[in-house]
Amino acid sequence: MTAAADKPRLSREHMLDLLKQMIRIRRFEDKCAELYTQEKIRGFMHLYDGEEAVAVGVIPVLDKRDRVVATYREHGQALVRGVPMTTIMAEMYGKQEGCARGRGGSMHLFDAATNFYGGNAIVGGGLPLAVGLGLADHMRSNDIVTACFFGDGAVAEGEFHESMNLAALWELPVLFVCENNLYAMGTALALSESETDIHRKAECYRIISEAVDGMDVVAVEAAARRAVHAVRESRKPYFLECRTYRLRAHSMFDPQLYRDKAEVEARRHSEPIVRFQQWLETNHMIHPEDLPRILAEIDAEIAQSVAFAEAGTWEPVDQLTRFVYADAAVPAGR
Amino acid sequence: MVEFRMPSLGADMEAGTLVEWLIKPGDVVKRGQVVAVVETQKGAIEIETFQAGRIDKVLVDLHSKVPVGTPLALILAEGEEKPAVATAVPPPAAVAPTAAPSLERPPMAPARPVSPVRPRVAPGTQVSPAARRLAQERGIDLSTVTGSGRDGAITYADVERRAAEVMAPAVPVAPAERKRAPTLDLGAMRVAIAAAMARSKREIPHYYLEHQVEVTACERWLAEKNATLPPEGRLLFGALPIKAVALAIRRFPAFNGFYRDNKFAPSPAVHVGVAISIRGGGLAAPALHDVDQLPLDELMRQMRDLIQRTRAGRIRGSEMSDPTITVSSLGERGVETLYGIIYPPQVAIIGIGKAVVRPWVIDGAIGPRSVITMTLSGDHRVTDGHAGALFLAEIGKLLQEPEKL
Amino acid sequence: MKQEPIKTEAIEITYREAVREALRDAIKRDERVFLMGEDVGRYGGCYAVSHGLLAQFGPERIRDTPLSESGFTGAGIGAAMAGMRPIVEVMTVNFSLLALDQILNTAATLRHMSGNQFGVPLVIRMATGAGRQLAAQHSHSLEGWYAHVPGIKVLAPATLEDARGMLWTALEDPDPVLIFENVMLYNMTGKLATDAGPVDIDKAAVRRPGRDISLITYGGSLWKTLEAATTLAGDGIEAEVIDLRSLRPLDDATIMASVAKTRHAIIVDEGWRTGSLAAEVGMRIVEQAFWSLDAPLGRVCSEEVPIPYPRHLENAAIPQATKIVAATKAALDRA
Repeated sequence: MTAAADKPRLSREHMLDLLKQMIRIRRFEDKCAELYTQEKIRGFMHLYDGEEAVAVGVIPVLDKRDRVVATYREHGQALVRGVPMTTIMAEMYGKQEGCARGRGGSMHLFDAATNFYGGNAIVGGGLPLAVGLGLADHMRSNDIVTACFFGDGAVAEGEFHESMNLAALWELPVLFVCENNLYAMGTALALSESETDIHRKAECYRIISEAVDGMDVVAVEAAARRAVHAVRESRKPYFLECRTYRLRAHSMFDPQLYRDKAEVEARRHSEPIVRFQQWLETNHMIHPEDLPRILAEIDAEIAQSVAFAEAGTWEPVDQLTRFVYADAAVPAGR
Repeated sequence: MVEFRMPSLGADMEAGTLVEWLIKPGDVVKRGQVVAVVETQKGAIEIETFQAGRIDKVLVDLHSKVPVGTPLALILAEGEEKPAVATAVPPPAAVAPTAAPSLERPPMAPARPVSPVRPRVAPGTQVSPAARRLAQERGIDLSTVTGSGRDGAITYADVERRAAEVMAPAVPVAPAERKRAPTLDLGAMRVAIAAAMARSKREIPHYYLEHQVEVTACERWLAEKNATLPPEGRLLFGALPIKAVALAIRRFPAFNGFYRDNKFAPSPAVHVGVAISIRGGGLAAPALHDVDQLPLDELMRQMRDLIQRTRAGRIRGSEMSDPTITVSSLGERGVETLYGIIYPPQVAIIGIGKAVVRPWVIDGAIGPRSVITMTLSGDHRVTDGHAGALFLAEIGKLLQEPEKL
Repeated sequence: MKQEPIKTEAIEITYREAVREALRDAIKRDERVFLMGEDVGRYGGCYAVSHGLLAQFGPERIRDTPLSESGFTGAGIGAAMAGMRPIVEVMTVNFSLLALDQILNTAATLRHMSGNQFGVPLVIRMATGAGRQLAAQHSHSLEGWYAHVPGIKVLAPATLEDARGMLWTALEDPDPVLIFENVMLYNMTGKLATDAGPVDIDKAAVRRPGRDISLITYGGSLWKTLEAATTLAGDGIEAEVIDLRSLRPLDDATIMASVAKTRHAIIVDEGWRTGSLAAEVGMRIVEQAFWSLDAPLGRVCSEEVPIPYPRHLENAAIPQATKIVAATKAALDRA
């Protein structure tokens, strides 16, 4: 564990909150896996197991007025950002009570109330969007920060490089968070990048960047505080490479032919929840009754979300062609 | 007791093959524990159980390919006792049962609506959609239209021309339509007449009957009647045979109707087509409607109106297509006997020659009488000479009592 | 090319200048509006449309970008979502292919995917069309492709009024609007009313009434079609010329009213013939006005070839007034 990092609040309350947030994501993802095997959730679904520390370390550091752009592996980000679990689950079911009316599904969670600009199924597709959000804030001279999450696969896309360049050139207030889990679907990083030190790519664009142990939630939070503060003050971009690992397959239908089971097992021993829980226990920050209480609260919330989704309704087919263009009543962009 | 089923692992996974059990009956399993390996089109995938408990029974043999949702094993929840009496295992998860093929007949195609005038054309003739629609609206028989489009295709203009030459310009069907100025294209009219008459002679086996009818009574009665009427209201002789024909049809309906599709359909109404000549060489035979019910002065009034409109080019389409029988009279124009050619799809035409004063036998004595020669041209597919003769005789009889017409 | 003279107080102006006026007006009127694209600032615009605007409005409002079509189009999308009103200029439709992912997968889909929470009030202007011997990679007309996509709107201003007036209406639209300016029109001069203002962006216009045939077209082909109509009039054929103006949505009502009257139609479209916008318009006519047709439909499109470099081949590859005249006569069986 990092010792003398930028000081996150090391209070028991905060530590337990970090733990709970990570477990909440983990158990939500687990429930999604179960529901997917039962065909309640369909299409493509990408789970966040093992990467919880990144979302939980970064997002709570942001303000409500800040903006979040994410990828198709965005359940964790959405949950931490405050998108209600009920509406997320309903969205996964495709019910119209979902956070995108059921029209998007797992890969396209959106929530205007929390400035959550989606879920994006195009690798790298969210980066230019984040640049644009930052451009608007730059032109308005406010102090809003846009946090853009993407994976190691995105750095191969032209859009990544264009976005780095634009953000640095125009000095835009964007925090780029690369969740480097070492695999772009089934392709290992070393097999697709000449330079595997991803944060160094950002340096080449003259963006301040650092790499951090993405399996250490306290380290991630400390780095995030540095980064968000820098972006908010300097109004310039910042690049945070979070080195993490994906414990589950890329998506549900993936036999993982591209990596050793032994490698996955080894990683399981040092995954963020296990590590953090051990650290809390070692430092007597967690009491025997805490975990059962946390689990009970989480499981109750999950059960409630499933019930909400199950009880949800299907959007009538005669509404199919709505929401392609604006209804007169809906205000335009914000 | 819970079923552990073949999971769906992907959008395009429909079935999987169980290749390895990692547990056996009696084993205790935790939620999330990998219990089996399934071979899919993408490769072998480990599958986990989301139910904790004790494996009670394995339901599926290894290496069998089963659809997603098939129960693979039964798991007893912790603390649950296996039921003493074997409960009926719930049936396998419904793979969508293939419905027994329906034996019901496919729905009958709806009967094609019969249009009032079905445009019939020779096979191979092309007709543009616009032309087809216009023909239907104007009551034009497409078989009477010459096509001027590519490869002889019938175009809108061709149908328009035909409509004009048979005096069926557009009087507005819908109030919103503009009135069109009437047009008379006599040259084209002749062409159309040629087509119609040629077809009639080609297709209709005509027989001809001739009958001489004394009309002195008619002339006398007309003179009396007209003495009291203003000039524009006077009855003309021509109206009397028309009414007589219409009344005679009541007894001889086989001469009133249409022959189409190899059969004759008698018409309940009697619409008499009146042949009208047009200065310059034109000819038309529009209908007076329900003549059998028209009082004579009303018949006369309508006839006058019809003749005037016809010569001015203002006939309605329905007037052109409605006649159920035609009466053609040359009146004063000079011949005594006129044999008409039937206008298809009608089945008869009455020809009336000019009145001539002839020696006539009455009560054994010879005296001068006004006589007309009336002819019947009949469609031998529908009627024969015997019926025709009776029909003509009836008309002649009716003309002896003009006051009853 | 000259337009019809108009009666109110008017100035002589080029299409290029009309677009520039539209930009100037928009940037002055609304502080949220800014122009972003390659060489729009210091260079003055590839087609000199934005010439002088940088000096007038400064680099924040007239923003030069690197050669990053995907990047700056996506940035335009994000800025629009965050409340600005950007005008992204993609130098030509040929280069827009690099931004197709952002246009189709983000701009067109965002409102729908987010369940109506986020709209993208973005305007993208692009130059399009052939005629300057710029060869195969610089001469595409892909408006028809874009018109295929639900979620965006596609405009083709062909007149000075539309060049001047469509931009403002597009900026007020809460959804993404693509405006295609045909390169051959930039030099076109004509008279424009001094008080010319916003125009609608969803109706076609009858540019020349007629009774014998409907010639349906858009963009750069409009003037060739009008020229053909003049020639045809000399042969006693009165063609009705319809300028589509909006390619998505298409104004079915105007098209069908015309075809109901003339019973004949030819569509003139500079896109390649196969799968063209002309095919879409033709199909709609068959669906909605079949019983009015007195002859098969026709179309005059670009030939099935990448646009060649030498002038005579380029001319042969794209629609021309002579081809339109010939097609009309064939449709009316008066070859």
